Amino acid sequence: MLEQLSQLWRNKTAVLGLVIITVFMLTAVFAPLLSPHDPLETSLYDQLKPPVWHENGKWKNILGTDDLGRDTLSRIIFGARVSLAVALVSVGLAFVCGTLLGSISGYYKGTVDSIVMRIMDMILAFPYLLLAIVVVAYLGPSLRNAMMAIGVTYIPRFARIVRGSMLEEYEKDYVMAARSIGARDWRIIFLAILPNCMGPLIVQTTLSMASAILDAAALSFLGLGAQPPTPEWGGMIAMSRGLILRASWVMTFPGIAILLAVLGFNLFGDGLRDALDPRLRD
Amino acid sequence: MLAYVIRRILILIPTLLGVSVIVFLMMHMTPGDPAELLLGERSTEQALDELREHLGLKEPLYIQYGMFLKRLMKGDLGETIWTRQKVWIEVKQRFPATIELSLVALCLSCFFGIIFGIVSATKQYSIFDYLSMLGALAGVSMPIFWLGLVFMLIFSLNLGWLPISGRLSVGIDLEVITNFYIIDAVLTRNWAALKDALWHIIMPAVTLSTIPMAIVARMTRSAMLEVLRQDYIKTAKAKGLSKFIVIFKHALRNALIPVVTTVGLQFGVLLGGAILTETIFAWPGVGKWMYDAVMQRDYMVIQGGTLFIAALFVVINLCVDVMYAVINPRISVQ
Repeated sequence: MLEQLSQLWRNKTAVLGLVIITVFMLTAVFAPLLSPHDPLETSLYDQLKPPVWHENGKWKNILGTDDLGRDTLSRIIFGARVSLAVALVSVGLAFVCGTLLGSISGYYKGTVDSIVMRIMDMILAFPYLLLAIVVVAYLGPSLRNAMMAIGVTYIPRFARIVRGSMLEEYEKDYVMAARSIGARDWRIIFLAILPNCMGPLIVQTTLSMASAILDAAALSFLGLGAQPPTPEWGGMIAMSRGLILRASWVMTFPGIAILLAVLGFNLFGDGLRDALDPRLRD
Repeated sequence: MLAYVIRRILILIPTLLGVSVIVFLMMHMTPGDPAELLLGERSTEQALDELREHLGLKEPLYIQYGMFLKRLMKGDLGETIWTRQKVWIEVKQRFPATIELSLVALCLSCFFGIIFGIVSATKQYSIFDYLSMLGALAGVSMPIFWLGLVFMLIFSLNLGWLPISGRLSVGIDLEVITNFYIIDAVLTRNWAALKDALWHIIMPAVTLSTIPMAIVARMTRSAMLEVLRQDYIKTAKAKGLSKFIVIFKHALRNALIPVVTTVGLQFGVLLGGAILTETIFAWPGVGKWMYDAVMQRDYMVIQGGTLFIAALFVVINLCVDVMYAVINPRISVQ
């Protein structure tokens, strides 16, 4: 464990990822303290103000304002909250369901396994984002439904990893030992085997956080996720489409925010994989 | 080999059935029932009742599913709510545009992805390697709908180099044969239309290709690194073969095996990404059509489109698996 931590620490890009994630999380937690304005406050006289480095920019709105005079920086800061919530809830849902299904599938094998894995195949039969779009289209557009939809589409990733590790670990001596002293199934699964499958699971969780942020932004961009006036990065980009010529900054900054947050999780996830996944180590 | 292919095709059947069950149930999961969705909120109870009777909504769920499946078998995806067209006809009209866009994007991502991957692997830890891998990471982290808008802002609005949206400029005549505009233009020797079509496809295709390109580049790099470490490469080098031949003839061939699977799986990313890209660039394909349907709540289109895309995706994945078995004989033995 210590060796892996130090390996992670030596990996500069992973540390950079961790720094980005930390900044992102702190921004989300302390949003009300950090943001200079109320993200929902409209201002008639401050519409479409450019960022501070433009000729007409003012320090009052560092990253400018949108067509309703709302401060872009404040909206981006509060947007971090929405994105973090989406990432935590949808990936959390996928993690719990996927781990449970994968454990049952890999531990009991046989019919249960076939049924669960066929259901996972069905979810995987929908290309990226399509299932989420369709689920939200039917349930009605809202942030809650978007989180649920993304969570459901991520279940197979976790289920497959856990099932694979379960099948592998099941044959090992310590599991045999646990069975022979009469430990119950759930005890063997959760206390003996699962802790040994944590490496790949943690990696998958981190990388899924990245794609969840991206997918949620895409859903909101299509008008299926967070609804206005919620400050959400994808939704902000959608709103700014009509302003692209007059005020390109309204569109630029939320995109950079998404890119950075996702990049942070991807960098850290890659570093974790190098450190935790023994199969990838040379 | 044949047994493997047959087994794979047999697995396809439960998956496709499952997809139809999911899509069918989704229609019934919506708040309110399909009749209410079709007629809207202000419909009378009598009209609702008649429509429910007509659609067979009063039957038990499994009988309804049976009827749904029977219609599917005949290739009947129902009628759209707004245009009262057969869904299948609308899919057929729009499908070539999506495939054309996806194929061009796939070619771009394979070509550049593989080249970047090879160069990165052969010059591991060089500046080029770091930059291209950072670029690849940025590529998978990029919201493509945003990237599309940025391209549009730079190349269409500011520089005026590329057309902002659509497949063909107004005033360009093209005799439509296959509905793949590039092919049609070549077939009819209409070079003006060909140039116009290519000009229109560049921006959406590049936008759509970023994620697959990044994934292919990373995959190629790691596969190449693994192969380059092996003994037969040392032998080839020791024989005095040129670096070029060692890389392209000896190493790349084996490294491409995992890359082929990755490329095949990217089709799903492309089909899903097409919804975003087509929406931004007003590209008249299946993706934009689905988006419009979502906005207008045309559930018949969503249902038909989803079934179509999912079925296509499953079949493509099957082809990828079979192709993988062909180029890598070890797999069919297992």
